[in-house]
Amino acid sequence: MEVEQIEIREHLRRFAPFDSLTDEWLDRVACQVEIAYFKAGSTILKFGQEISDLHYIRSGAVEVYRRNGNFYNRQAEGEIFGQWALLMGRAVRFPVKAIEDTLIYYIKAELFHKLWEAQEVFADFVEIDDPSRLRSAVVEREQNNELMTSRLDKLLSRDLVRVAQSATLQQAAQLMTDEGVSSLLISAEDGSNAIVGIITDRDLRTRVLAKGLGYDTPVSAIMSSDVISIPSDAFVFEAMLLMLRHNVHHLPVKQRDETIGVVGLSDIIRYESQSSLYIVSHIHHRQSAEELAELVPEAKAAFVRMVNEDANSHMIGSAMAGIGRSFTRRLLELAEAELGPPPVPYCFLAAGSMARDEQFIITDQDNALVLDDRFDPKQHDAYFHQLAARVSDGLAACGYSYCKGGIMATNPHWRQPLSVWKQYFTDWIDKPDPRALLNSSIFFDLDGVYGEVAFADSLKRLVADRARQRPLFLAALARNALNRTPPLGFFRTFVMEKDGKHNNSINLKRRGTAPLSDVIRVHALACGSIAQNSFNRLKDIADSRILGHSNGDDLRDALEFIAVVRARHQALDIEAGREPDNNVEPEHLTQFERRNLKDAFEVISNAQKFLRMRYQVNRIG
Amino acid sequence: MAPPLPPPEQTLPIDTGLDWQARFAQLHAQARDPRLRAYYGAGMVSPQTPLSDVPFAAMDFETTGLNPQRHAIVSIGVVPFTLQRIQLPQSRHWLVQPQRPLLKQSVTFHHITDSDLTQAPDLSDILSDLLQALAGRVVVVHHRTIERGFFEAALQLRLGKSIEFPVVDTMEIEAQRHRQSSMSLWRRLLGRRPVSIRLADSRERYHLPYYPPHHALMDALASAELLQAQIAHRYDPDLPIGRLWL
Repeated sequence: MEVEQIEIREHLRRFAPFDSLTDEWLDRVACQVEIAYFKAGSTILKFGQEISDLHYIRSGAVEVYRRNGNFYNRQAEGEIFGQWALLMGRAVRFPVKAIEDTLIYYIKAELFHKLWEAQEVFADFVEIDDPSRLRSAVVEREQNNELMTSRLDKLLSRDLVRVAQSATLQQAAQLMTDEGVSSLLISAEDGSNAIVGIITDRDLRTRVLAKGLGYDTPVSAIMSSDVISIPSDAFVFEAMLLMLRHNVHHLPVKQRDETIGVVGLSDIIRYESQSSLYIVSHIHHRQSAEELAELVPEAKAAFVRMVNEDANSHMIGSAMAGIGRSFTRRLLELAEAELGPPPVPYCFLAAGSMARDEQFIITDQDNALVLDDRFDPKQHDAYFHQLAARVSDGLAACGYSYCKGGIMATNPHWRQPLSVWKQYFTDWIDKPDPRALLNSSIFFDLDGVYGEVAFADSLKRLVADRARQRPLFLAALARNALNRTPPLGFFRTFVMEKDGKHNNSINLKRRGTAPLSDVIRVHALACGSIAQNSFNRLKDIADSRILGHSNGDDLRDALEFIAVVRARHQALDIEAGREPDNNVEPEHLTQFERRNLKDAFEVISNAQKFLRMRYQVNRIG
Repeated sequence: MAPPLPPPEQTLPIDTGLDWQARFAQLHAQARDPRLRAYYGAGMVSPQTPLSDVPFAAMDFETTGLNPQRHAIVSIGVVPFTLQRIQLPQSRHWLVQPQRPLLKQSVTFHHITDSDLTQAPDLSDILSDLLQALAGRVVVVHHRTIERGFFEAALQLRLGKSIEFPVVDTMEIEAQRHRQSSMSLWRRLLGRRPVSIRLADSRERYHLPYYPPHHALMDALASAELLQAQIAHRYDPDLPIGRLWL
C-alpha cells in the first residue's frame, strides 16, 4: 500500500461509517479512491445527472438542495453524499454545491454496493439517519416531489377579485376581463364580505350565453353557491386532489376564515403539464365511449409521469381514481343524453379501489346502482339496466375490465333501491357469514360517483354506526383479512407465487397492498371511521387509540412503500411497452427495494398477528 | 488563515508559441532508442486542446540534492489525472538506485536510506514503465527545473540522449500571480516578505488539505490537486493548453 493510500485510509478511518470497517475493507476503499477539486460556489452534482460514485468530503463543505432549489442540508469534512441515487439506481435528485473550496474523494458504485451488502453497520448508516429504514425511504421519495412540498399560498400572486351578488352579469364579465381572471368570487351584501358563490368563464358560456340570459341578470342567478374552498397552507397536490374529486377548476383559498385568493386549474397544470387534471378536463369534452377510449394512453402517461416524479401512492391512487370517476361520470352523462332523464333519482356507486382512492393502472370495475325508493322494477328497471350496460361497456372500452365476480351495476342484485341496500348492509353486519362476506366485503369501501351522492353517504353512515357494535361481524371480517399472507419465509426470504404462470414472482397487490388494506378496514370499522381511503382510515384509527401503544405509522409506511414499488414496476412495464401487472420478480428489484419490502411485509405479518389475537380468530374457524 | 486569493485571470504572459504536438512528431522520427521512440510515438495533444480535455500526469522526483549534475533521483511518483478526476488507483511509484552516493542531508528530507535502495532497480530498468505512464500526457510538476533537469541528466548518463516533454508548472503559475504582479511589486516596495510559492503554502491558499511532504507520490498527488484548484479559480476550462504549457 502506497503512502497516499495510507493518508486516505487514515482520513476515512476517522469518520462514520468508515470507522466501523475492518482494515482490510478500509484498504480496499483507500486503494480505489479518485479525487477532484471544486471551487466554492461550483456545482458538484446536477439534478438528473447520472451518478457512478459515492462522494466523500475530504475537505471543505457543501450544501444539498431539493430540486425546487430549497436548502436541504449542509455537509462538511468526513461526510458522504450521493448514496440515495446509488441505492435507488437512479439519477441525482438532490443537487449539491460546494460552499467552500472542496476536495471530494470518489468511491466507485461497485465498491459501494459491495460494502453495503457485506457490512451491516455501513448499510444502516448510509440508509438512514433516523431509526426507521422504511420511514426514511418513504420520506425521501415524498421530499422529491414539488407538488407535495410546495404550499398553495406560493401560487397566489394577485389580489382577490370579487364582486357583490347584486352586480349584473355584464359588470361581472367586464371586471373579469379587466382583471384578466377566469373566475370571480361573489360576496354577500350584508357587509360581512363573506363569499357566497363563484362564477367562472365556463359558467358564462354554459349558463348565460347558451341559455340566452340577459346582460342585466344578477350574478347570483348563475353562481355556484356550494363553494369548495381549501386552506392556504395545504399542499399543491391536495388542491389537485380536491379538483379531481369534485371536478371543479377553481378553488377559493382561505386563511383562517378569510378568503385570500383563488387557485385555478392552470396554476396547477403549470406545475405539471401532463397532469391527471388536464386529462380530466379533456374527458368532459368527449362525445362517445370510443372518443373516451382515445384518452387511455394519456392516462397511462400521467401515471408514469407521477411515478417518475416521486408522487406518493395516495396522490397517484387518488389521481387515477379521479380519472376513473371522470370516465364514469362522462359515460353516465352520455347515456342520459341518449336514454333521456332517469325516471327516478339514482346514485352511481363505486366500490373497491376506486372508492378508496387507491386505484392504479390496471383495475377491474366494481360498481353498483343505488336507486330512489320510488323505484318500480317493472316500470324503471329497463332504463337502469341499459344505463348500467352503457357505463360498464364504456368502462371496459377504457381499460377497466369487467368484474369477474359480477360486482357491477349490470347485475340486478347490485341494482337496487336504497332501502334494499340498507337491508343488505344490515344483514351482512348482523348475521355475518364469512363466506358471504368474502364476496360482499368489497362494498365496505364505497363512494358515490354521480347522481344522488347522499344515498351513498347514508350507507357509509349506516356501516360506520352499526359495524363497530357487532364483534361477530368484525371477527368474521378479521378472519377474511388473514386469508392472504405476506410472502415472507421463516428466514426472511421471499416466498414466490406458485400458480404456474407467475412462478418466481411476488404479487404485490395480492400479497401486499390488499391484505394490508383488509387489516386497515377492520380497524377502521371497529373505530367507527367513515373514511374510505386507507391513509385517512389510519388517521382515524390513530385518533381512536384502538391499536394500543402503536399509532399505525408502521402500517402507513408499509402500505406506502409496497404501493410505490408496485406503481414503479407498472410504470416500467408501460415505458417498456409491456402489459403492466402486479407481479415483480425479486431479481428485478433493487437491493434497496428488496430490503425495505421485507421490512414492509414483516409489518403486515405482525399486523395480522395482532388482528388474530384481538379477534380470537382460530385457524380452523 | 491563508491570504485571500487574487481575482481570476484568463491569460498568462508566457510563451504560447510552443507546439509540442509537432515537436513530438519530429522527435519520434529522430529517436533511435525504442523506449523513447514509443514515448514520442504516443504523440501529444495539440496546443488548441481545451484544458478540460487534456490528459495530465503529475510527476515528482525525490533526489539526493538540487544539482542534476552532482545529485541523483531516488524515487519517482506519477499520478494520471484530468480536470474532472485524479485517477489515483492508476498512480505509480518507483524507488531507483542513485548512481551517486546519498548525501546525509537529503536522507533527513525524504527518509529514504541506502538500505531501502539496495534492492531498488536502476532507472534504466524502469524507464519503459515510466515513459509508458507518461505517454500522451502533459506532465505537471511543482518547480520544473528539478524534474526536467534530473530527467534529462539521468537519460544523458544512461542513453547518451536527452528527453523533451511539455510541462505545466504549478509553481510558475503561483509565481506569475504572486511574484510578477503589480501587487507583489508594491509588497516589495513596502518591504514585505514575498508570498511563499512552495507547494504546501500554495495549496493552503486554495484550502487544500495538508499532506506530509517529501514523498514522490504524495507530492505528485499534491500538485495534481493544486493544478485542479488553480484552473478552477483562475482559468476557463476551455483555455487552450498551449497557453499554459512550457
